[in-house]
Amino acid sequence: MEWEVVIGLEIHAQLATRSKIFSGAATRYGAAPNTQASVIDLGYPGTLPVLNEAAVRMAVKFGLAVQAHIAPRSVFARKNYFYPDLPKGYQISQFELPVVGRGHLDIDLENGERKRIGITRAHLEEDAGKSLHEDFHGLSGIDLNRAGTPLLEIVSEPDLRSAKEAVAYMKKLHALVRYLEICDGNMQEGSFRCDANVSVRRHGAERLGTRCEIKNLNSFRFVERAINHEVERQIELIESGGAVVQETRLYDSVKDQTRSMRSKEEANDYRYFPDPDLLPLVIEPAFVDAVRATLPELPDARRARFVADYGLPDYDAGVLTSTRELADYTEAVVALAPADAKLAANWVMGELAARLNEGNLDITQSRVSAAQLAGLLVRISDETISGKIAKQVFDVLWSEGGDTDAIIDRLGLRQITDTGALEAIIDQIIADNPAQRDQYRAGKDKLFGFFVGQAMKATGGKANPAQLNDLLRRKLDG
Amino acid sequence: MHSLSVAEMAEALAQGQCTSEELTEAFLERIAQFDGALNSLVTVEPERALAQAREADARRRRSAAGPLTGVPMIHKDIFLTAGQRTTCGSRMLGDFVPPFDATIVARCAAAGLVTLGKANMDEFAMGSSNETSHFGPVRNPWDPARVPGGSSGGSAAAVAARLAPLATGSDTGGSIRQPAALCGITGLKPTYGRVSRYGMIAFASSLDQAGVFGRDAQDCALLLEAMAGFDPRDSTSVDRPVPHYAGSLNHPLSGLRIGIPAEFFGAGLDPAVGEAVEAALEVFETLGATLHPVHLPNLGLSVPTYYTLAPAEASSNLSRFDGVRYGHRCEHPANLEDLYKRSRGEGFGAEVKRRIMIGTYVLSAGYYDAYYLKAQRCRRLITEDFRRVFETVDVLAGPTAPEVAFRLGEKTDDPVKMYLSDINTIAVNLAGLPGLSLPAGFVENLPVGLQLIGPHFEEGRLLNMAHQYQRETDWHRRHPTAFA
Amino acid sequence: MSLNIDTVRGIAHLARLAVDEAELETHALTLSRCLNLLAEINAVDTTDVTEMAHPLDLAQRLRPDEVTETDVSAACLAQAPAAENGLFLVPKVIE
Repeated sequence: MEWEVVIGLEIHAQLATRSKIFSGAATRYGAAPNTQASVIDLGYPGTLPVLNEAAVRMAVKFGLAVQAHIAPRSVFARKNYFYPDLPKGYQISQFELPVVGRGHLDIDLENGERKRIGITRAHLEEDAGKSLHEDFHGLSGIDLNRAGTPLLEIVSEPDLRSAKEAVAYMKKLHALVRYLEICDGNMQEGSFRCDANVSVRRHGAERLGTRCEIKNLNSFRFVERAINHEVERQIELIESGGAVVQETRLYDSVKDQTRSMRSKEEANDYRYFPDPDLLPLVIEPAFVDAVRATLPELPDARRARFVADYGLPDYDAGVLTSTRELADYTEAVVALAPADAKLAANWVMGELAARLNEGNLDITQSRVSAAQLAGLLVRISDETISGKIAKQVFDVLWSEGGDTDAIIDRLGLRQITDTGALEAIIDQIIADNPAQRDQYRAGKDKLFGFFVGQAMKATGGKANPAQLNDLLRRKLDG
Repeated sequence: MHSLSVAEMAEALAQGQCTSEELTEAFLERIAQFDGALNSLVTVEPERALAQAREADARRRRSAAGPLTGVPMIHKDIFLTAGQRTTCGSRMLGDFVPPFDATIVARCAAAGLVTLGKANMDEFAMGSSNETSHFGPVRNPWDPARVPGGSSGGSAAAVAARLAPLATGSDTGGSIRQPAALCGITGLKPTYGRVSRYGMIAFASSLDQAGVFGRDAQDCALLLEAMAGFDPRDSTSVDRPVPHYAGSLNHPLSGLRIGIPAEFFGAGLDPAVGEAVEAALEVFETLGATLHPVHLPNLGLSVPTYYTLAPAEASSNLSRFDGVRYGHRCEHPANLEDLYKRSRGEGFGAEVKRRIMIGTYVLSAGYYDAYYLKAQRCRRLITEDFRRVFETVDVLAGPTAPEVAFRLGEKTDDPVKMYLSDINTIAVNLAGLPGLSLPAGFVENLPVGLQLIGPHFEEGRLLNMAHQYQRETDWHRRHPTAFA
Repeated sequence: MSLNIDTVRGIAHLARLAVDEAELETHALTLSRCLNLLAEINAVDTTDVTEMAHPLDLAQRLRPDEVTETDVSAACLAQAPAAENGLFLVPKVIE
């Protein structure tokens, strides 16, 4: 391909604090309009901001997780512009001196390679409110409940080279903030949002092309589609003799295209300056140490441990640690059914994942608990049931709930391990199928499967497969 | 009753010689009688004041009264008062009724002080003459053809005319000290961070500080003590105990080193004002203090530095007045931009718009470094000057304003001339120091103010000095004859 | 330092202030005079002088993460020039 794509992402993660970044108003999502907008959030005259300690702690936690420099002194600045969802006429953000400096995050590429993506900075800022465009006699309604919600804006280096890489990075970051319990990651509610800076250049070119910023990317799918569309648009534009104009574009997920945001086009001059209502944020080493002590095991470390301790393939470990909840679930299963971790991994990634997908559920919404699944796996391992029967039991667990042993007993699914009983069944089958018996003995090995099938049918699938094979072979060959 | 000092009033209340209701009625009568000529108050709600007074009297009957319970006062209309219109001298907030009290308003109420009304002021505290108010100029009680100073002109004129014994003010570049000087009363701007800014409508956040007006230092000390102290709602408020100011007024001044900055006695100073100030300094010498010539070499930078930084902060602070959530909104806005521009264009007066434009300009791309950052560096130079002189002297003294009250309209056509009249006061705000102005004589029957400046958190020392001076002199007891 | 009327128009737009076209010239003159006063500090040598944003050399205090504010929407919506269904109303916002 002649063109190289260059992408940098700005991700806004809403921090999971109880109260707002500069006021004691609640941050709960979905409250009636403006009922969570205090006079401070409304930008009332005379009101002043006081910084939320938890927001700072969460920013530092993130910084430590991406091996970033934590600024011992950072400064809040005002970004000045007029917009109805911005009550004070400025957003309190960090500009020249952000709390989190340079760090990095490793992502897995499709070809199995690992790539290090630079994180330029992460800074604290306040969210804006919302403009609602339902018709109020041709007016817009302003809800300022979200105004003042703490955000961590995480800015990547322009290190991403495709929409797929961008998505991989975003997913990794999404998992990380949830691991850290600093953001609920709910993209539908806007807790984790992405703006993408996209440019293209001919391979080998040193200078970056002119970039466009795409806003409003609130799902992984949209990020991929929007970037691919934007890349196509830019390449077509350049190849037809045009030039990319630096601008902000909005992704319209309904029309699946990006369009220029004319309202943001006029020369913006944000007139950043240090907010005189806030003093410099000084972070002492003791504060950093205290936060460090609260860091959970991070995804990459957990993945390595899944490989080392459970003997799982790296791929499986990667999938199972992709979210904290999934990894927690897997670990809970393995703890209760320790005999075969690979079996647990297969079930979580196979049967369980399929069911979750069907129902569009996440692991925390699974109808089969880790304990229930472990109970099932124990019965596979101890050969009470076969894998095939286990799927039947899983169906019942999923649809009706209950306990594996009770289901096995109720439905009579216990494996037949009584050799005498099995032998009697096999003898009968061989006697009933003399033609097949003779052909097999004449060398038609394939017919072995026929006898297995017949035996399974006769036992309702409850024969222990290994035992059955063994007995059959002896009877037929003998 | 109106001629009593606050301490005397408190004593009378405590002894049952009068009730707060009687006292409040008396001052409300004076307001009704005299304020037509002064225009010092923009909002007076007698019933509200009397209800507070009756509550104060009830409190006293319950033996739950504090030292100031029942004493009437006035709040500058920059401080939010719950349920009472707060205009900041602007059409923008002409109908604005806040749902909460400023911290200092709440503290005064908790001390049992009674709010007679809200004082007129320069619009958004931007002015040195009280001529920029949407509600018309305030007149100087000593000469109604002259300005009371600004921006807390209404507060100063009301106390000078004895329409109230006490008033709050705010001081961003001299807005307490200069009107105190021009009206012949005592005014104190505390150290930055000493008094909460929560609920005080911001002009320039890094310079604004609330303070007090009284007829003498003791009155100021009593009110400051009720108002000052840490407020968790203000990040710039300092968590440090409030001294018993009224209790330290009688410390002797012997051995006190007073620095006299030569720069305060420069070319712009009216010689008659200079003479009055020098006479006042001699009084301090007789009290045992020593005078030391000192230099503040960068003081001359303070006007351009201040008039860069204050408008820069103001331009941003005043962005919230956009006609969306409260305040003035233009009629029939064609679209959002029209709503913003006309609401703000109509809601703000000329001086406020001028400062917003200056501030916008000095923060804009391409000018930020040359203006804003440069001014922040000059602010450091100016502040360092003070730090250095306070290594050798305890306080500084000089004229509060270079001249006595000027005539209405005299400087309104020339903002630069108006800005230059702040030369003696604004450096104190840039450095965040406490400053006090006290009456120190008269020039042609117009008051002259002496400014005392101390190191951070030394307002107690300034009040002590002023009190000792006021025991030796009677300038602070004189009052304008038209307001007997 | 002398501002032209286009610059004044630009500043007024950034600050969202309606300015009468006929008054632009006067504004340009007054603002230029003010800016000339401010420009007096240009000549000052401030090498190695650090900027001063606050009068006191203090660090930001942190607030515990607690919900302390209550619903004030009724009082605040009553102050609004236009409000309906709990929302502040403005002319249509176009993105």
